[in-house]
Amino acid sequence: MPKVHGPLVELSIARVKEFVRETEAIFWVFGFPLLLTLALGFAFREKPPDRVPIGIAAGPAAEQRLAALSRSPALQPRIYDAKTGREELRRGKISLLIEGDTQPVYRLDPTRPDARAARIEADDALQIAAGRAAAFVAREEHVQEQGARYVDFLVPGLIGMNLMGTSMWGIGFSVVNARLKNLLKRLVATPMRKSHYLLAQFLSRLIFLILEVVVVAVFAWLVFGVNVRGSIALFALVCLFGGMAFAGLGLLVASRARTLEAVSGMMNLVMMPMWLCSGVFFSYERFPDKVKPLIRALPLTALNDALRSVMNDAATIGAIVPQLLTLVGWSLLCYAIGLKIFRWV
Amino acid sequence: MANDLAISCIGLKKYYADVKAVDGLDLSVARGECFGLLGPNGAGKTTTIEILEGLTKADAGEVRVLGHTWNNDARDLREQIGLSLQETQLADKLTVYETLRLFRSFYRRGPDPDELLRDLSLDEKRNARVGKLSGGQKQRLAVACALVGDPELLFLDEPTTGLDPQSRLQLWEVVARFRAKGGTVLLTTHYMEEAERLCDRIAIVDHGHLIALGTPKELIAKLEAANIIEFTSAPALEESALGGITGFHGATRRGEGWLLRVDSLAVAVPQLLDIIETSGAKLVTLSTHAATLEDLFVSMTGRELRDA
Repeated sequence: MPKVHGPLVELSIARVKEFVRETEAIFWVFGFPLLLTLALGFAFREKPPDRVPIGIAAGPAAEQRLAALSRSPALQPRIYDAKTGREELRRGKISLLIEGDTQPVYRLDPTRPDARAARIEADDALQIAAGRAAAFVAREEHVQEQGARYVDFLVPGLIGMNLMGTSMWGIGFSVVNARLKNLLKRLVATPMRKSHYLLAQFLSRLIFLILEVVVVAVFAWLVFGVNVRGSIALFALVCLFGGMAFAGLGLLVASRARTLEAVSGMMNLVMMPMWLCSGVFFSYERFPDKVKPLIRALPLTALNDALRSVMNDAATIGAIVPQLLTLVGWSLLCYAIGLKIFRWV
Repeated sequence: MANDLAISCIGLKKYYADVKAVDGLDLSVARGECFGLLGPNGAGKTTTIEILEGLTKADAGEVRVLGHTWNNDARDLREQIGLSLQETQLADKLTVYETLRLFRSFYRRGPDPDELLRDLSLDEKRNARVGKLSGGQKQRLAVACALVGDPELLFLDEPTTGLDPQSRLQLWEVVARFRAKGGTVLLTTHYMEEAERLCDRIAIVDHGHLIALGTPKELIAKLEAANIIEFTSAPALEESALGGITGFHGATRRGEGWLLRVDSLAVAVPQLLDIIETSGAKLVTLSTHAATLEDLFVSMTGRELRDA
């Protein structure tokens, strides 16, 4: 007979086969992140900065202002009647509305960065048109190297988010499904070690983890020229630690749930704060200083920070020790608690 | 000798919030015996068997399986028993062979999975996905998983519920072969034919209590009546009108009619017809059969096994 391997290997192989034969799951693991990377990458592709749309309230000075403002490369001015102009401003369609007859009045929401930028640009354009002389002429140098573009920020975040999603769903669903079908009960009625079952869930994740990271990373490299500037081995290590941390978290979330609805709800509850706070789409530097230590303690923050350091800043292992420790801490803690409170029957 | 027993349990109790699932059950099963727990749904059969399998903790009572207790020797015990649960769905996406191979990896010893598939007539389905199997094939695979560790003791919880007659026969043969090699079997069922055919001894349980215990013959003998007459008449007869029948052992009301337990049909049927005629009633239906375990259960509880 073909050799039967040890239980840990057999359990892992069985899990991998089950997963590969689940066609829908393949899409969510490989297809979805590619589509997301593609969509976001194109949405934020390199192009001249957008002109900020601004409004000019109709009036005696309006035509003159339109001419002056049209000369600015940063602005896209248009004349509105007074009522529509305010309406458009309120809806956020324009960032600034210029009113007033001889003395201009800038109407804007000062909390919007684009509104403040538009105000400065517009003010400059109007002052120059009114005859203000420039005190000096500055030269601009444009930065285009990797790490500065949005897509460079985005790709590590997407890899991190993807690792979180697939690891947690992959383990959570399979565990709860097996519990629902009484399969867990059947398994603990054999001499199988419980730890082997849970470890096999981790090990089988590893294989997909490698595949899904490679797929997204290669895609981002080919399409957007996003490179791993640091060591590939270190990049792989970070992905591994991240995948293990989320596999642990998935196991913990699924450790007691009896229904797929319950586990889905809990997954979302756990992942939501990380989608928002862990710097997937935008930097968490904007959060207040007081909550930053909390945000950094989240596994997705640690993973994203480490991935960005290695991919964009060519960081060496010494620079990402805190992040790696955070990830290891999460996996050990979750695995230990999960094994302890796991509901088998 | 306690060690000659494959299973012994004394004073077993398991209460859930709203129901006493098992309420003081004593059982002993000898090595090499096939023992049946017979009872309607909700009688406590599954709770009992899962306590014996070490999957559920009893609230009270002592359990020894193959001379061991679950508290002290769980891992050794797991190597020596095999079981099929009442409702297990094995992984749909794995093949029959992959499933069996996985289970084989958990045990120190046991047969070659392919050999086992041949024994259970599953070799043709070796590479089929579990999700594509028929009910009977799934159940045979479940039993194959129970046998893959070469157990001394086999637990089967309602192994043939919902199966067609042919699949049922195939499973009975598997159990017979296991016993021929000296194995001990504990099974639950609510099919009396299954219990009568497979089991050396049967315990009839109802509401968590043992209500009768013995060989199938002994149990049927408890009825004291070899035959059953089932009839309805219009209008219905009173019980007092039936007592005079020769060899009468009792009657149980069923709808508009009665189940009569009698010694001889040749004697009792003409007498019954006379009674109906003299009372001025009309016979509506009449049927007879040899007494079974089902009739014992009906006579003891007033309910039927299948829909009790």
